[in-house]
Amino acid sequence: MWSFSDISKSIDTWLNATFSPTWVMVIEMIIAGVCVIGLFAGLGLVLVIMERKVSAWIQIRLGPNRVGPKGMLQSLADTVKLLVKEGLTPDGADKMLFNLAPVIALIVAMLLMAPIAFARNFQLWDLNIGVLYVSAISSIMVISILMAGWASNNKYSLMGAMRSGAQIVSYELSAGLSIMTVVILTGSLNFNDIIQSQADGWWLFKGHIPMLIAFVIFIIAVTAETNRAPFDLAEAESELTAGFHTEYSGMKFALFFLAEYVNVFIVCAIGATLFLGGWMPFHIGHWEAFNHVMDYIPSSLWFFSKTFFLIFLIMWFRWTFPRMRIDQLLNLEWKYLLPISMFNILLVTIMAILGWHF
Amino acid sequence: MFLKNYILDIYHAIKSMLIGLRRTGYYFTHHKEIITQQYPENRLTLNLPDRFKGEVVMPHDDKNEHRCTGCTACELACPNGTIKVITKFDISPEGKKKKAIDKLVYHLELCTMCNLCVIACPSDAIKMAQTFEHSVFNRSELTKILNNPDSKIMDGVE
Repeated sequence: MWSFSDISKSIDTWLNATFSPTWVMVIEMIIAGVCVIGLFAGLGLVLVIMERKVSAWIQIRLGPNRVGPKGMLQSLADTVKLLVKEGLTPDGADKMLFNLAPVIALIVAMLLMAPIAFARNFQLWDLNIGVLYVSAISSIMVISILMAGWASNNKYSLMGAMRSGAQIVSYELSAGLSIMTVVILTGSLNFNDIIQSQADGWWLFKGHIPMLIAFVIFIIAVTAETNRAPFDLAEAESELTAGFHTEYSGMKFALFFLAEYVNVFIVCAIGATLFLGGWMPFHIGHWEAFNHVMDYIPSSLWFFSKTFFLIFLIMWFRWTFPRMRIDQLLNLEWKYLLPISMFNILLVTIMAILGWHF
Repeated sequence: MFLKNYILDIYHAIKSMLIGLRRTGYYFTHHKEIITQQYPENRLTLNLPDRFKGEVVMPHDDKNEHRCTGCTACELACPNGTIKVITKFDISPEGKKKKAIDKLVYHLELCTMCNLCVIACPSDAIKMAQTFEHSVFNRSELTKILNNPDSKIMDGVE
C-alpha cells in the first residue's frame, strides 16, 4: 500500500543517487516549499467552500450551487476574481508595513506547518520542542494584524487590531495551559512522542474528565486566537466594517483570508495531534482484531479526517453563536477559562504523578 | 456561596450552548428544512408565504364591480403619498347624487408595501397581491390605475 513516507523516501533516495548532497538539500527544500504552498492553495479552496456550505445548511439555505457540480467550483471562481482585482494601497497608509502585513500573516502560517506530522513518518521538521515552537510562532500572528491595522491609517482598522491584540494575548494563556496538560501526561514536547504515547488510546479518552475540559478549553481558545466568530472582534463586520483588513483589496485581502483558513487548519491539526492522536488509528486497549482492522486505514486519512472533524466543529460554533462584546470576551478568558484551566492542570499533574490515566 | 454561583454560571452557559448547537446541528443534518427558492427555474411552482406583499391591487368580480366607495381612507393612511383617489359623483336612477371613484391612482414606485392602506380600508376593496416582477422600461408604467375602466361599485357596499 502506498503512503506518504514511502513516496518521500523514494524521492530522497533517487535525489541522493543523482545529485551531490548540497543540491539534494536545496532541491528538497524547494519541493517542500512548493508542497506547502500547494497545500495552502488547496486548503483555501476546500475550506472556503466547506465554510459556505456548512453555514448555508445551518442557516437553512442552499449555499453556492451554480458554479461547477453542486457549486463546488465557487471558491475557484472567487480566487480568479480576487487575482485579477486591483490591489489598492491607500495614500495615507504606511506603504511598507501595509504591504508587508499580509505576507507576514502567510509566513507565520507556513512556519506553523513545519512540525506537524501529516502521516506516519511524514513530517517537514521533526523538532524536539515542537509544541513550544508552535505556541511561540502562533503568537507572531498578532503582529501581522497589528501591523495591518496600524499601517492602514484608518480608525476602524486600528480598533480592530487593538481588540485583536487584547484578545490573542489573553487567549494564548488558556490555549497554552490546555496544551500543557498533554505535555504533562506525555512528558515530551516532541509531536512524534506525543502521537506515539496515544498508540493505545487517544488522550481525550485516556485522560478522563480533566482532558475533556482541557480539550473544550483548547477549542474555545484557538477559536479566539484565529479571530473567528463568536470571537471575531478584530473584523467585526457590523461595527468595524471589516476591522484590520478594511483597507485591503484584491490579492492582499486574499492573503489575509487564506491565512485565516490555514490558521484554522493548523490549530485543528495541532488539536487533533494533541488530543485525538494525530495520524494514530483508533485503538481500543487490547482488542487485537479491532486494532488490526483500524491499522488498514492509511495514517494520512486518519490525520485529515480528525483535522476536518475539528474544523467542522469550529465552523459549527461560528454559525451558532453571536459575536461577543470585548468585555464579555475578556471576562470569559480571565474569570472563567484561565482559573478553570489552572485548576485543571493541577488535576492532570496529580493524575500523571499517581498514574491514574490508562 | 460565590463558588456555587460560579459553577452554576458555567453549568448554565454550557447548557445553553448545547441547546444552540443542537438546533443548528438539526438544521445542518435535515436538508428538508431548507427554505431557499431557486427563483428563475421555479417561476411556475413558486411557493410564497401568505405574508408576502408584492403590490396593491383592487379585486373585481366577473360583473366588473369592485368594493371601493371612494372614502379616501387609504389615501389618508398612506405614509408617502402612494395612493391618490379621484372621486366623481354618480347620479343614481332616483336622481340622487352618490360619491364614487373615478380613478384610484397607485404609484408603485413610491410604495413600500407597508400594508397600512389595506388595513385602513373599511370595505375590503384593496388587497396585497403576490406579484413581484415589477421591472419596466418606462417609469410612467409604474403609475397604475387600480379600478378597471367602466367598473362600478358592487351593490350593497356603502
